Amino acid sequence: MKRRTLLASGAAAAALGLTGLPALAQDAKTKVGFIFVGPVGDGGWTYQHNEGRLAVEQEFGDKVETMFVESVPEGPDAVRVMTDMALKGANLIFTTSFGYMDQTVEVAAKFPDVKFEHATGFKDAPNLATYSARFYEGRAVQGHIAGHMTKSNVIGYIGSFPIPEVIRGINSSYLAAKAVNPDVQFKIVWAYTWFDPAKEAEAANVLIEQGADVILQHTDSTAPQAAAQAKGDVITFGQASDMAEYAPNPRVSSIIDNWAPYYIDRTRAVMDGTWETHQVWEGIGDGMVKIGEISDAVPAEVKASAEALRDSIGAGETHPFTGPLNKQDGSAWLAEGETADDGTLQGMNFYVEGIEGDIPS
Amino acid sequence: MDLSAINPILLLASLMVAATPILLAAIGELVVERAGVLNLGVEGMMITGAVCGFIVATATGSPWLGFLGAALGGALLSLLFGLLTQFLLSNQVATGLALTLFGLGLSALMGQSYLGIRAPAFPDIHIPLLGDIPVVGPIVFQHDPMVYVGLGIVAGVWWFLNRTRGGLILRAVGENHDAAHALGYHVRRTRMLAITFGGACAGLGGAYLSLVRVPQWTEGMTAGAGWIALAIVVFASWKPGRLVLGAYLFGGVTVLQLNLQAAGVAVPVEYLSMSPYLATIAVLVIMSTGRAPGSLGRIFHAAR
Repeated sequence: MKRRTLLASGAAAAALGLTGLPALAQDAKTKVGFIFVGPVGDGGWTYQHNEGRLAVEQEFGDKVETMFVESVPEGPDAVRVMTDMALKGANLIFTTSFGYMDQTVEVAAKFPDVKFEHATGFKDAPNLATYSARFYEGRAVQGHIAGHMTKSNVIGYIGSFPIPEVIRGINSSYLAAKAVNPDVQFKIVWAYTWFDPAKEAEAANVLIEQGADVILQHTDSTAPQAAAQAKGDVITFGQASDMAEYAPNPRVSSIIDNWAPYYIDRTRAVMDGTWETHQVWEGIGDGMVKIGEISDAVPAEVKASAEALRDSIGAGETHPFTGPLNKQDGSAWLAEGETADDGTLQGMNFYVEGIEGDIPS
Repeated sequence: MDLSAINPILLLASLMVAATPILLAAIGELVVERAGVLNLGVEGMMITGAVCGFIVATATGSPWLGFLGAALGGALLSLLFGLLTQFLLSNQVATGLALTLFGLGLSALMGQSYLGIRAPAFPDIHIPLLGDIPVVGPIVFQHDPMVYVGLGIVAGVWWFLNRTRGGLILRAVGENHDAAHALGYHVRRTRMLAITFGGACAGLGGAYLSLVRVPQWTEGMTAGAGWIALAIVVFASWKPGRLVLGAYLFGGVTVLQLNLQAAGVAVPVEYLSMSPYLATIAVLVIMSTGRAPGSLGRIFHAAR
């Protein structure tokens, strides 16, 4: 769907409404719109949201119509795209990136009859729900494998933007890696982008040159995987999507964002008229975060312990942030046995003790 | 902070690779400007080359054919610029800027169905004997072939400009096109050839990004490399030798910035990304010897 056609049809719909014609026979179809931050071909974050969209089509067949606009910049332009979608008759709109938060709030206020769902945000309204996944639970499993697998004890981390979501992932994987390998050291490079293969590849190369033999990424493209493959002897993890085309090596496992069941549930709720706003944050236990197949490049005992950790987090027996834990500056954060509350996690703006470097402001 | 983590050998080696795309684009633009034409469309020709190269390489499975396709794509786009500025006498600055915008859009359109696809591998070559020299070997002699092709083109351009009759004519056209015309040289033909060469080189530079550096296709992936190439030409005072120095200096900035971050030095990214342009301005002020070709950017009309 090109933005141009969207605009044109949006304008046409508005014109029809103005002339007082009966609104284009409200056909029984439920229209579901998606705003994507990258191209659906990114092989990561947006790809996975699009899989969710396709699952909705598969589930409801003729009863739904989905539409999407890809590579929508985070910022004022998103308002225009969302408004177009609402004017085009969407009943439910998913805005799938943190940076759309204020724009979604703004547009939701203008269209009280349209339901909005914003991914990874924290502002809601009567017709605006938020949903997110506890990716940090998956990060802990990655950190566990990374801590076991590294020979140089240097783990490289490609960060996107210094926001709580990303910092949480760094902390979670660091703690899990440190638990199995006390000598482990994290090197963090901020790419300041969600999706820019050139920059991501560059960052991965630099980290490898500085001794990292494990690369963790919080950016969406497969470029770091390609860079690791070219260097050889470096392992990576799929981000957001399985990235199985790089298995079994360098990609040894992955965090998969499984949005499909949620999208199907919410679409059904709109159809039934039972949709209500909420703030959900689901993890491994709920099935929203999945750990991709751990490949044979990982020794069997490490694979077994990683899977045990995954299951224990899923069952709620283990929390990745369990005290005693200090913040980077040495001040106490969690006491012995205490686990982090969701409020602190959602606003996390500090490194835990042991990570070097400063969070850029 | 841990500066010892930065391995100088690997830093210099990756600097050579990082400099190659801008070196290729800049040497093409240098020839164009020595012929008296200012083509600001380098960015557009680079990105068009990047997508053309990627399409051809994935279709044929051969990176070499990909580079050939990239050179053709870049050259075709530059011919459009040549037609507009040399035959229809349009303003070179405005046409060049338009070419950049056009190239960015065109490449995004052409690359629609190539997102997220892998390019065929383009392995490094390990030059026997030379590649085994300690320190120098890993820095200079263990790269992919295009690094050496780029340096070869620079050497060829130096030889052509300074040691051949053709080069002399090209420089004459660039210095004073009326005089060159009066002597019976074909100003327009010379310039069209130079523009085509510039387009082909920019295309190669773009393809180096999409086929070797990343290697993937994404919209806008050149991310300003074409503008840096333009700055380097001025920085180098239109001399091929200094161009290599400039490309390594400017290419090094990107690599250094990420290395510093990974080593834990908090240098704001913005300072380093503006440093190439600051250096260019400084060089323009300091080096009065670096005089631009006399007819640079001026429209030539034989009837005048």
